[in-house]
Amino acid sequence: MIIKILGTGCANCKRLKRLTLDVLKEMKVDAQVVEVTDIPTIMSYGISATPGLVIDEKLIGYGGVPSKIQLKQIISRFIARSCCG
Amino acid sequence: MSGEFVFVDPDFDLTDEKPQAAAIAAPLPTPRAIEWKPWAVVLSLAAVWLLVWSQLRPFADWFSYQLLGLAPDTRLGGAVAFFLYDTPKILLLLGGVTFLITTLRSFFSTEQARRALGGKREGVGNVLAASLGVVTPFCSCSAVPLFIGFVESGIPLGVTFSYLIAAPMVNEIALALLFGMFGWQIAGLYLVTGLTIAVVAGYVIGRMPHVEAGVEDFVWQLQLDDMTQAEVRPTWEQRFRQAARGTREIVGKVWLFVVIGIAIGAAIHGYVPEDAMAGILGKDAWWSVPVGVLVGIPLYASAAGIAPVALALTEKGAALGTVLAFIMSVIALSLPEMILLRRVLKPRLIATFIAVVAAGILLVGFLFNAVI
Repeated sequence: MIIKILGTGCANCKRLKRLTLDVLKEMKVDAQVVEVTDIPTIMSYGISATPGLVIDEKLIGYGGVPSKIQLKQIISRFIARSCCG
Repeated sequence: MSGEFVFVDPDFDLTDEKPQAAAIAAPLPTPRAIEWKPWAVVLSLAAVWLLVWSQLRPFADWFSYQLLGLAPDTRLGGAVAFFLYDTPKILLLLGGVTFLITTLRSFFSTEQARRALGGKREGVGNVLAASLGVVTPFCSCSAVPLFIGFVESGIPLGVTFSYLIAAPMVNEIALALLFGMFGWQIAGLYLVTGLTIAVVAGYVIGRMPHVEAGVEDFVWQLQLDDMTQAEVRPTWEQRFRQAARGTREIVGKVWLFVVIGIAIGAAIHGYVPEDAMAGILGKDAWWSVPVGVLVGIPLYASAAGIAPVALALTEKGAALGTVLAFIMSVIALSLPEMILLRRVLKPRLIATFIAVVAAGILLVGFLFNAVI
């Protein structure tokens, strides 16, 4: 799983990255977390506010930081998908 | 200000309040019942808020004069009472106003603003953009994607600038503090003049020759997909919850600045002699307005820390116009935001942006000093 954090280094972007890393650690999920700071690339995902959260090239959401519970559920859903098609 | 995380695919919006099982069990859309429960909670909290509010002055007086045994007319007594009264007052106000405005904002989104502004002419567009800048949630860290999104939708640059000026300048923290410390007249004045500056400055920038050349070239070359996304209408409970979360976040972020600001204000209140500021910051010192604006540009302080100090200074003879100009300059023109905007704007346009907005603030400062 590749998780991309789209953002130009704002406070929320850093919080989202930290939260993502925390959640992955807690769930013992091995995923790659990439920070995308190049603006044309960020904009190509069509977001109107940073940070954006992209998992396996799917834009999940943007404009803030989800709660920990939400993020856990999102990630576990991706795990469920990748295992069973 | 921080935004709310928006889910692109509502399927992923799995909060603990909305278990999946319920969604499967109740597939039929039930008619929306009157949501009395969230309203009851919010209204009773409002009642508690009002009760605490009404007891602030008696409590501060009792604490400083009875419990601590300080005399009201001494310097220390005055400073302590100022601090004990203003700290809870400003924090209460900040919480209350932020909650109200975040609730209001849950009805607006930057996406809606973009759609509303698409195809609007300059002039009308500038007015609408500045007003939307006040009510839509905005965080300066989102200035860049917002700018690109606006430009891509064909919104004129001047209109975009009106939005970008109004959104940070007229914000809930500044309004709450001005209301709490200077009264509703000054807060209203700030709102109206802030909007005016945003409208006029945006219009002027848009009218400048070759303004498009000041935008980084890649912005014009971006080809974006249709960005309209389905929006789900939240329930009142969700609005209130979001607002509570946003309020906690904002108050948590600025309370320390408020306390420090009030402490400095209290010291000025108690220890600086009357009219000490009249000579350097008073009406007759016309040059203090441009100095205040210039000093304010690189300063990046939260409105929360500035307003209490400003109030104390006006008590000591500083002119209101000078103080307002300083506050506006600190809030509207911040170095971090300029650095972010540098990624989409060339230095020349950034300089123009700063110059036009600073000129507007300067005018407001002089105007108030002349009128009031």
